[in-house]
Amino acid sequence: MSASSPAQEGHCPPALHSSGADIWRRNQRRLAPYLFLAPGAIMFAVYVVVPIFQSMWISLYDWDGIGEKTFIGLANYVELFDDDAFYTSLKNNIIWLVLYMLAVPAGLAIALFLNQTVFGIRLVKSLFFFPFVLSQVVVGLVFAWFYDPGFGLLAELFKAFGTKPIAILADEDYVTYGIIAAGLWPQIAYCMILYLTGLNNISSEQIEAGRLDGARGLSMLWHVILPQLKPATFIAVVVTVIGALRSFDLVSIMTDGGPYGSSRVLAYYMYEQALSEYGYRMGYGASIAVVLFAIMIVYISIFLVRMIAEDRERR
Amino acid sequence: MFPTPVARLDRRWQTLYKLALPVSLVFWLLPLLAVMLTSIRSAGDLAAGNYWGWPRDFSLVENYTAVFENSPIGAYILNSFKVTIPTVIGAVGLSCLTGFAFGIYRFKGGLLLFFLFVAGNFVPFQILMVPVRDLTLKLGLYDTTLGLVLFHVAFQTGFCTLFMRNFIRALPFELIEAARVEGATEWQIFLRVVMPLMRPAIAALSVLVFTFIWNDYFWATVLVQGKHALPVTAGLYSLNGQWLAAWHLVSAGSIVAALPPVVMFFLMQKHFIAGLTLGATKG
Repeated sequence: MSASSPAQEGHCPPALHSSGADIWRRNQRRLAPYLFLAPGAIMFAVYVVVPIFQSMWISLYDWDGIGEKTFIGLANYVELFDDDAFYTSLKNNIIWLVLYMLAVPAGLAIALFLNQTVFGIRLVKSLFFFPFVLSQVVVGLVFAWFYDPGFGLLAELFKAFGTKPIAILADEDYVTYGIIAAGLWPQIAYCMILYLTGLNNISSEQIEAGRLDGARGLSMLWHVILPQLKPATFIAVVVTVIGALRSFDLVSIMTDGGPYGSSRVLAYYMYEQALSEYGYRMGYGASIAVVLFAIMIVYISIFLVRMIAEDRERR
Repeated sequence: MFPTPVARLDRRWQTLYKLALPVSLVFWLLPLLAVMLTSIRSAGDLAAGNYWGWPRDFSLVENYTAVFENSPIGAYILNSFKVTIPTVIGAVGLSCLTGFAFGIYRFKGGLLLFFLFVAGNFVPFQILMVPVRDLTLKLGLYDTTLGLVLFHVAFQTGFCTLFMRNFIRALPFELIEAARVEGATEWQIFLRVVMPLMRPAIAALSVLVFTFIWNDYFWATVLVQGKHALPVTAGLYSLNGQWLAAWHLVSAGSIVAALPPVVMFFLMQKHFIAGLTLGATKG
């Protein structure tokens, strides 16, 4: 917040008597922000801020979640280096990050397609957005079923083309792509709505000016429209990155990380280690979470830096 | 408007566009339409291998009654409401306060604190999992809806604070100054001046948080075990295991579980999208 921020130093009325109520009256504007903040800040500190540091600390211990913690230094991280399952998860996370980005151009394409004013278009837009409102559990079940090699719709399509259906979710090579495709469905819907709102706010003068300059179709999109959609693109990229790194629900519902752990991602692998049926390894799980957090922190920083810059620009 | 409105193109393009719309919509919602169709299909139809053809007989009532009678899904849905509604009230209420603090005052450490709230929003859940589970156990709230509510309120407060702060910043500051001149206390300003203006923000956040929390699956599996507190997302997953191959039940259950946020979305669409697209446009 820069100098022109709304709050100004109020002048205090001269003190006539120094009763408690009077001290409150004179200082209320200085104390008020802290009092307004306190309930939310305490909750947030207890459940979000402190646990981040606790996790970092727990990652240095061997702990089953119930008994005594044993300090083992960086041993959990050393173990990660030799853990094939960790590398599989990391590799899958990168595939997720890269392919999830398709949601951004796909969302833009659908938004461009739907940015018209024909009869009933509002309902069509809502229905296109619909998958985002569904729980990932439902999306996962729907797609698991869609992919079923026995009777799924995809199998029917394969048969229609005369090829043998592939059991996507039971195939180590395809499984991650199959889950990502399911995740893209609601994510594209999200990006679409961001772009539709963006397109709605584009100044028509600039479009007309572009038309006069002979810009049409793709060149218009590239030179006139996209620069104006920058805020929408930024938010779309941010929520897509976060969505990709948070990919837990779909993996858990569609495959439980299988077959043979080939569809694990860091978020899922962490959960599996910390709360697995073969005994809890909280320390090891925490170290996986710290790695995931380290990846995320890069994106959080980018977001914050941009937000600060925008905040300065605006006032 | 971009692209060029179809109304300005010739007839053939207009017809083509009007045809392309429903076709693409059906294609886009195909997985969902299949589930809807299956949820009204009879078990006999499925046994006969009729998965995708037109149902030979409809058993809408039978399937949906069976879901409620043969499974605890009714209890799960009740649990979801018990988690979702208090969370909405808690998170929106707290963030009215925090948003007011960040939006109106300039104070030491304010900016830093605000960014902490924003950054906390993006944190992967897994880094919170072990300590939050431990804390919930220690508070004796493991396996209760209250345990889930407390965490959700705290976490959602981050996102809601960002939203409220930006909303309050956009209000005319003269209103607050005028109230101060008239001798209103800060609390009165919050309650009488700012709160009445925040109604649209409160509505937008309420529908958004409702949907997020209703659809939460991760925390439901981490903080809850038993049927008495399990929300419908996690419940549906466990039912899926029991209903192996009873696809008409799985799909009917999925639709029941998805319904509340869907209804919420269609009723409050304008607010929902306003909340979601916050920041997607300039200013």
